[in-house]
Order: sequence, then C-alpha cells, then structure tokens
Amino acid sequence: MKVFDDVGRGTLGFFEYAGGIANLTAETGSSLGRLRIRVGETLSQAYVLGVQSTAIVLLTSLFTGMVISLESANQAKSYGVSDLVGGAVAYVSSRELGPMLTGVVVAGRAGAAIAAELGSMVVTEQIEALEALGLSPVQMLVIPRLLGLVLILPLLIIFADIIAIIGGMYLAKSAAGISYESYIHSARVFSSFDDYVKGMFKGIFFAAIIVLIGCYQGFNVRGGAAGVGKATTGAVVTAIILIFIANFVLSFIMFGASGG
Amino acid sequence: MAALAKVESVTLKYGTKVVLQNCTLDVAEGAITCLIGLSGAGKSTILRLLNGLRQPDAGRVLVRGVDLATLRPRDLIEFRRKIGFAFQFAALFDSLTVGENIALPLREHTKMTKKEIDRAVVESLDAVGLSNVRDRMPAELSGGMLKRAGFARAVVTNPDLVLYDEPTTGLDPIITHVLTDTIKRLRKQLNGTAVVISHDLASIFEMADYVAMLFEGAIIAYGTVPEIKRSPNPIVQQFLQGSEVGPIPL
Repeated sequence: MKVFDDVGRGTLGFFEYAGGIANLTAETGSSLGRLRIRVGETLSQAYVLGVQSTAIVLLTSLFTGMVISLESANQAKSYGVSDLVGGAVAYVSSRELGPMLTGVVVAGRAGAAIAAELGSMVVTEQIEALEALGLSPVQMLVIPRLLGLVLILPLLIIFADIIAIIGGMYLAKSAAGISYESYIHSARVFSSFDDYVKGMFKGIFFAAIIVLIGCYQGFNVRGGAAGVGKATTGAVVTAIILIFIANFVLSFIMFGASGG
Repeated sequence: MAALAKVESVTLKYGTKVVLQNCTLDVAEGAITCLIGLSGAGKSTILRLLNGLRQPDAGRVLVRGVDLATLRPRDLIEFRRKIGFAFQFAALFDSLTVGENIALPLREHTKMTKKEIDRAVVESLDAVGLSNVRDRMPAELSGGMLKRAGFARAVVTNPDLVLYDEPTTGLDPIITHVLTDTIKRLRKQLNGTAVVISHDLASIFEMADYVAMLFEGAIIAYGTVPEIKRSPNPIVQQFLQGSEVGPIPL
C-alpha cells in the first residue's frame, strides 16, 4: 500500500529530523559549556549574518509600520479615537511584528546563507577535513554563528521596532493628520519598556532556530549542488515555520493568555 | 614488519549496499601501503575507517592497538591529531589563505607561539615545494598546487600515519611524478607510515612498499610490488593489465 508506505516514511523522516536537531542542539550546548569561544569568528559572523541584514530588516519594518498605521489611522479617525494609533503601532510592533518579521527576514537571508555555506563545505569535503584535523565542526562552525546571531538579532529587533514606529508616525500624520505629539504620547502610554525587552528576548530564540536549522540542513547535504539547493530551501522554510510556532509559544508564556 | 594499523574482519554498509565484507588489512609501520581496486570498491571508506571518520558495522579498526570504536567522540577527535589526511580535492577551507589552512591544526591543538607556527607553515610548504603561495587563497591555486597544499596541511602536525585519497587523480604526468616524489619524501622526513589510494599504477609501483587490492568488499591480494605483479589471481592480473576480458564484471 503506497499510501501507508508514504505515511510511514514521512513519519520516520520527521522523527529522524527532530532527533537530528535535538542531537545538534545538545552537542552545541555541551560545546558552549566548555567556554572555548572564538571571539573573532563570532564577531565576523555577527557582522555577516546580522549587520548585513540590517537594510532589509529596516525596509521591511518601515513598510509594515506604515501599513499598520494606514489601516488603523483611518478607522481610528472615523471612530474619533485617533490618539490610539501610535499606541496600536508601538504595541503590535514591539510585542509581535518587530520580533517575528525580523526573525523571518533574517531566516530568509542568514538561514539560507548558513545552509548553503555548510552544504558546500560538505560537498567539497571541508567538514570531513575539519574532523580529520581533530576539530569539531560544531565548535568551529555552529558556535560562532549561534553566538553571533544571538548577539545581533535582538539589536536588529529593537531597530525594527523603532523604524516601524517612525514609519507609522509619518503615515499617521500624512494620511490622517494625526500630530506627531499625539502619536508619540499614545505610543508611550500603550507600550511599555517591558514589551521591547520581551520582544528582544524572543530574538534569542529565533536566532537559535535560524542557526541550528541552517547548520543541520547544511551538515546533512547529500547529492552535490542539487542537495545544497534543497538544503537551503529546507532551512528557510523550516526556520520560518518554527519561528511562527515559537513566537506564539513565547507570546503565550510572556504576555499570558489574556494578552498581558 | 609490525602493523601500525589493522582493519580486522570489517563489514560496513551504506544503507542496504554492502561496501566492505569481512575486510582485513594490516598497515605496515614505516611503509607506504597502496590500495588499489575498482572505482566504488570501498578504498576511500577504508581510509575513513582508519581515522575514525566512519565506524564499522562489524569488525574492528585498530590504530596503535587502540580500537577506534571504543573511543569517546572527544577522545576520537584527540586521536585523529596523530593521523594526517590528504583529501582527493585537497578540501582546503576556502575562507582561509593557504598559510592559515596549514596553521589551523597547530593554532587549535598546540601552545606554539605565532612565530613558531609561522615557521612550521613555511617548513611544511617548503617540504611540498610550495614556498610562495602562503598568502594566496585556495581558489587561486592550480589542481596540483592545491593537492600539495593539502599534503602540507596533512603533515604539519608530524602525524604517525598519513592517509592520501587519490593524490594523483586528474593530474598531468609531470605533476603526478612530483606528487609521487613528494609522498615518498614526506614519509622519509616524518619517519612515518602512509596509506595511499590511487588508480595510477606507474605511480603506485614507484612509491609502494606494499600493495593491497580491494575487490567486492575484501582484500583479495596483498604483497610487495613484485609479488603483486606476479600474483596468480586472475582478478589482480586483469586489473593490472586494464583488460576488459576476465573475471571482473564490467
């Protein structure tokens, strides 16, 4: 029965994948515990994976902030509550959209880059060469990427929040005539410092997801260039799905079922 | 001659494909042992077994009497430092210069100063006749230079055993001769042991102290070059003559 074969294979594949990720996570945790951190390589990865993603993150956040403001400003004005617009943009950006969109954009850029780079290293035997030299691929490749992105993603999130709020402010003024003072006052009232910190905290988890999935997919490339392509796509798709799930779980835990 | 490494009755499968079946091989200490056999016969797998990059499904792989399967992952990583591996396509890290590639195992595993590491890198590059490429990127080197840079990285830690995976494949006869000479010279300099996989019979006959032929997952012939040349085994003879006619299925 082909259907049962497919279901069985899919189920086995899922558990194999989950087990592989769990193994890599455990090995990474154990390597981190040894505290042999390659500072130069970590900073270099922070730059390549994070800093070089800044423009695309800011651009995405700017337009997201503007569109939230556009949709809410006209509605709010018609109900006579235009002083809530700044709060709406700041609240949604700091808690949800800022962290999640930043995670998704970085997953698309950095996750793909990690999977493609490590996948190419597998194909050209560079990973085996590391092992043959008595060096751990986790220590040499995973840890610097993980620490680099964990360091930089929360900062990207806070920049994303700020730029979304500024974009929203500009649009609220130009599309609905809401004054900057009113917008800023509303943003300060409706969003707290705590919201921004929790949003940044989400970034640590998202960074771990992006790096671990990218590395796992890269390390498990089979079949040359075609395999690298598949791994890259797989890394991005899986990381984005996991970011959405993690975002829900983290929001539920941090802000509570009632929304905090 | 005593064996530095032993592959004892090893069976290894990739999925359902049996690559090695009850395979046994002794690697003589202080000698160059060449492995010959058809493409896909499992020669590279034997190299990977010898430095613990693969584990057998059955049987044992012993290096200096230590069963590699009994080592914990961290100990195995330590153990590999005594074994150099020159990969088929060199496998230099393309984000590092040639010099940084060669310095990497010294930087990571020893307490040598930067000056000492620099000196070791220069000596290692000199030993393979590549004194002027230290600051170049791997992508800037020709195939033969890449392989020699790979040799330099494999021997920079003065390993007991050096494994060469098809060092002369795809190279012209002059570079092949240079590489063959380099392998012989490095073995002498290190006073160590080497295992070489190659399809180039002329090069094998020039450098090998012992030759082992792998066929259908097992070693079917082992001996010195004259012994292998005189082997009565029709499979060995067909392989050496490169003949289409004989017991080897095409």
